[in-house]
Amino acid sequence: MSSMQTSVEAVRKSLVVECSPERAFEVFTREVGSWWPLHEHSIGGEQITEVIWEEQLGGRIYERHADGGEGEWGRVLAWDPPARFVMSWYPGKDDSKATELEVRFTAEGSGTRVDLEHRGWEIFADEGQQTRDNYDNGWPTVLAHFERTLNR
Amino acid sequence: MAYAVALEALGDGTRREIMEQLRRGPRPVGEIAAALPVSRPAVSQHLRVLKEAGLVTERKEGTRRIYGVEQKAIADLRAYFDSFWEQALAGYKAAAERKGRRE
Repeated sequence: MSSMQTSVEAVRKSLVVECSPERAFEVFTREVGSWWPLHEHSIGGEQITEVIWEEQLGGRIYERHADGGEGEWGRVLAWDPPARFVMSWYPGKDDSKATELEVRFTAEGSGTRVDLEHRGWEIFADEGQQTRDNYDNGWPTVLAHFERTLNR
Repeated sequence: MAYAVALEALGDGTRREIMEQLRRGPRPVGEIAAALPVSRPAVSQHLRVLKEAGLVTERKEGTRRIYGVEQKAIADLRAYFDSFWEQALAGYKAAAERKGRRE
């Protein structure tokens, strides 16, 4: 089997929301718990109580659970409110298997254009004979985490 | 949807363990079975399910069959997130517009 790293196109989404860039940025980050489908798309599922977004470079994005546990989603790689942020994305894994999420906020007319890019899927490519340390953090684990969504 | 079939196949713990082994490199059935508390025929059965779900490839090497990870599964994962963001952003838009109009 080839272990050639092929590039995988980023997931890109754009939309316009009717509010200021400041507000759009704040709702996406600090208030993520108000819109994220937490029970279906999280590590803790029903156990989740809140999502904490540490608003600074290197800050953690993580969820808190009713039993006191935590689950990390990623870390802030660029923090430039209200224009953009970049974060590593590895819910339920460790950062050796992180993809990257960048979201940009630009004033447009009376609202804000939001451009989202989720990239770096190559990280899940077959590791072949490479390092064995991270073998259990690959895409089967990711898929298993999000399995619930399909049962809605 | 390809990813739905893949997720169903991965709903089984033994099959997830097989996938984790294969991620360390392609290998024959015997080697996979040796590391698991299940019989070789059972492993073959699981491999068939994984192959039908598009998660595993099979090739012949002499008289042996070597199993490995199907790279296309990455494309399926990507497609899954594509659809996830589509839905999640609809919720985001509603939240942003409910709570704040542009001053």
